[in-house]
Amino acid sequence: MPEHDVLIIGAGLAGQRAALAAAEKGASVGIMSKVHPVRSHSVAAAGGINAAISVDDDWHSHAYDTVKGSDFLGDQDAIEVMCSEAPAEVMHLEHIGVTFHRNDKGEMDLRAFGGASMKRTAYVADITGQALLHVLYEQLMKHHETVARYEEWFTTSLLRDEEGRCAGAIARDVRSGRMEAFTAKNVILACGGAGQAYKPTTNGLIVTGDGIAMAYRAGAPLMDMEMVQYHPTCLVETGILITEGARGEGAHLLNANGERFMEKSAPNKMELASRDVVSRAEQIEINEGRGVGPDGAGIYLDVTVVPRKRTLEALREIVNLGKDFAGVDITREPIMIRPGQHYIMGGVKTDIEGRTPIEGLYAAGEVACVSVHGGNRLGANSLLDTLIFGRRSGEHAAARAAGIPMPTVNANAQLREDSTQLEAIIGRSRDGRRVSEIKSELGETMNKQVAVFRDEEGLQNALETIGRLKEEAGKAWIDDRGTVFNQDVLGALELGYMVDCAEATVVAALERKESRGAQFRTDFPERNDAEWLKHIEISLNADDRASGPQVSYSPVTITQWQPEERKY
Amino acid sequence: MAEVHDRPPEQFTLKMRRYDPESGEAPYWDQHTIELEPHRSVLEAILQARDRFDGSIGIRCSCRQAICGSCGIRVNGEPALACHTHLDAAKRSAKDGVIEIEPMGNMPVLKDLIVDMDAVHWKKIQRVTPWLLPKQPVPEREYIVSKESMVDVTQTMGCIQCGACVSDCLAMEVDPGFIGPAALAKAYRFVGDPRDDQQFERLNDLAQDPQGIFDCTHCFKCVQACPKDVNPMGQIMRLRRIATGDHHIVDKNNGERHEATMVGLIRNYGLLHEAEMIPRSYGGNSWFAKFTPAAGKELLASLPVIVRGLMSGKFNPKIAIFGHKIPKQDLKAVQAIYDKIESRPERYELNLYIVGEDEAPEPVAASTEGSNS
Repeated sequence: MPEHDVLIIGAGLAGQRAALAAAEKGASVGIMSKVHPVRSHSVAAAGGINAAISVDDDWHSHAYDTVKGSDFLGDQDAIEVMCSEAPAEVMHLEHIGVTFHRNDKGEMDLRAFGGASMKRTAYVADITGQALLHVLYEQLMKHHETVARYEEWFTTSLLRDEEGRCAGAIARDVRSGRMEAFTAKNVILACGGAGQAYKPTTNGLIVTGDGIAMAYRAGAPLMDMEMVQYHPTCLVETGILITEGARGEGAHLLNANGERFMEKSAPNKMELASRDVVSRAEQIEINEGRGVGPDGAGIYLDVTVVPRKRTLEALREIVNLGKDFAGVDITREPIMIRPGQHYIMGGVKTDIEGRTPIEGLYAAGEVACVSVHGGNRLGANSLLDTLIFGRRSGEHAAARAAGIPMPTVNANAQLREDSTQLEAIIGRSRDGRRVSEIKSELGETMNKQVAVFRDEEGLQNALETIGRLKEEAGKAWIDDRGTVFNQDVLGALELGYMVDCAEATVVAALERKESRGAQFRTDFPERNDAEWLKHIEISLNADDRASGPQVSYSPVTITQWQPEERKY
Repeated sequence: MAEVHDRPPEQFTLKMRRYDPESGEAPYWDQHTIELEPHRSVLEAILQARDRFDGSIGIRCSCRQAICGSCGIRVNGEPALACHTHLDAAKRSAKDGVIEIEPMGNMPVLKDLIVDMDAVHWKKIQRVTPWLLPKQPVPEREYIVSKESMVDVTQTMGCIQCGACVSDCLAMEVDPGFIGPAALAKAYRFVGDPRDDQQFERLNDLAQDPQGIFDCTHCFKCVQACPKDVNPMGQIMRLRRIATGDHHIVDKNNGERHEATMVGLIRNYGLLHEAEMIPRSYGGNSWFAKFTPAAGKELLASLPVIVRGLMSGKFNPKIAIFGHKIPKQDLKAVQAIYDKIESRPERYELNLYIVGEDEAPEPVAASTEGSNS
């Protein structure tokens, strides 16, 4: 049975950064991912990473922008940590090899991004996430003697000892089908969000809420789950993301009348208001009949106003995306986009060291809710979040490991339970529905009822549908009877994870009877600080999961910025 | 604007090579007909077949937008990313209109379309010391380097490790130990990075390795295969030019001498003088080279090839001894090209990421008014 001081589940930016940080502190580290690390969805982050590195900038300004972006739901102590540590982190990344774009003086160049009061986003063309992820993986290859990599291992559950502490995990080697128990003094969840609970979504097919659901089932509270970000610029048909960097470089948004409609809702920042504001403005244009395209369901993003050389150099990826996935040359003509599910601000509740309320269990990146994003995340703050809190989790877990013995946990019962469950799925008779059908209905329901605009009736409908889908998921059947790369059976487990995440999201959205950040309730259209300036937490009783999601509240931490009216 | 999404769904037939390692059976062909709009991707077609007909179809995939690099396969015999290949294009290049889907080559198949990238691709990546060896002292802030140098290495940074180039590398087919296009492109990412401290050491290592930069046969397959314009062969050629031109590395594989000989012979004769290639590559660039022991030995070893060439009429004894003759005017034109290139103060390096100045604006200025059309 493999043993590690720190076992990291997920190998995107947060996981890899955590692994490197923990190893540097001398801990024995294992990092596990259901895909090869460079396939992790961090790879798709395009635009850049925020840090107040310019001599004219100040991290306080970055922090204020983030607080305002969060619609004052973000915890300000955590935001201060993230923004004040950002410059050193970005320099560290530069030193280990990230090929950040330079200005004419040879210094790192910065681009404008939504919700930011100045140019603060460092970038590598529009493949920033890919560049960061591949450079961190270079470092993992460099440190291959101190960091054990379990690539293509799927985690089925978390292990807990008799005192309730997290003591490892059960996982399946995707390649051989072998089940294995991993003992660890600490587990860091770093396995991303749950975007696949929506259809369409910008997120990859692997983003299925595994970590959120596993922690939730183990009794860890989920926080801010109602806050689901719709990105303003996704391709109409496939939901593929067009980076905010496009608007950062000066691109316009136009309705069917050719108007820059952002004038109405954000006269100062225009297209560079925060994402919730821009997505809502677009949805209003579409709903009120000023959309473009055959069904009037789109908005034009006009990149032709950006100098062509600059577009080809700094937005190369989306030039190709436009050509390959929409048949449009964005340097010559506008492209049709619309808001699409992109990110979940919520996740497993943690403190600023990445600790969840379960001892020995940490979380970092999109799986976690620290909460630095509150009601709405600013563009280019997600990469920063993964790296800062990935590093902090790794360091803290390594320090904790140094002071405690390896947990003694009898993993056999759990190992057997998980193996039996997988075998049961493989052996199911074909009298229910296919996994793919249920997943599709879940995604469409979420995208219809739990989207940019929400109301009581729609959310209740969604909750009912999810309840039914949960039951159906428990009986869903698959085709693959094998053990080697049985992706089919893993898909059934992922469906279970997604349904749990969706349920928590809807329960939280029903609970919050106000409009703040990404949550806009048409039946409660105003922000209501008196009653709702607080986090909503959703949890399961680990010993009595059948009693369903429980709602509780926790206060928002305010250090220096009192809530005020939010205008862009 | 081009409203590609107006096109109605059509039927497409996929013929997939399947392999179940647990069955004890050989690979077999499996066929499914799906319905999608013609500009949708081959990946979406495979996923539709998996969702509707057979959940056991094995393929790695995630992002659906050509950035995660998971879904490298072969479509109609050519390496490609499934998510980056349109169905209509795939149908056009298919025999009998049936789109043929296979796993990538040069790597062992684990199941269906899933290959063992660790055993080949990642092992080769690990071979090139794939991390920055930074110049010391590390500055307090960022390294100050030129904008062009960072844009330049971003081309190889853009490699998504999909394996398409590895799949169809002809040199690797013959010599599985060849470091190969992806790993050598990765090597350029450090060699071209002005922050790296080990440019000479890296190049010397790759030049002296008999399966290194001089093992590439210049076939362009990887350039064609790459879905991200990384231009792996171009990067290999740049590694060679920096190794030989800037560092004057003379490798024990005779790669440098072979290249110098070829360039020199064409300058002198306008065409390749085949009979002089081997002696000069091994014995130095002179007519007397053929009498050096190393060249003699190599000539002797190459006798069967030479005989075969003579027998098949690929060349005759006269050309072999005196070389090709081309008209004087043509020779002058060839030499003029040499003079022009050699008179440049700096070497030109072609990089697709560095583009020219802004072109004159096209008549799309009506974007605001014209967008509601």
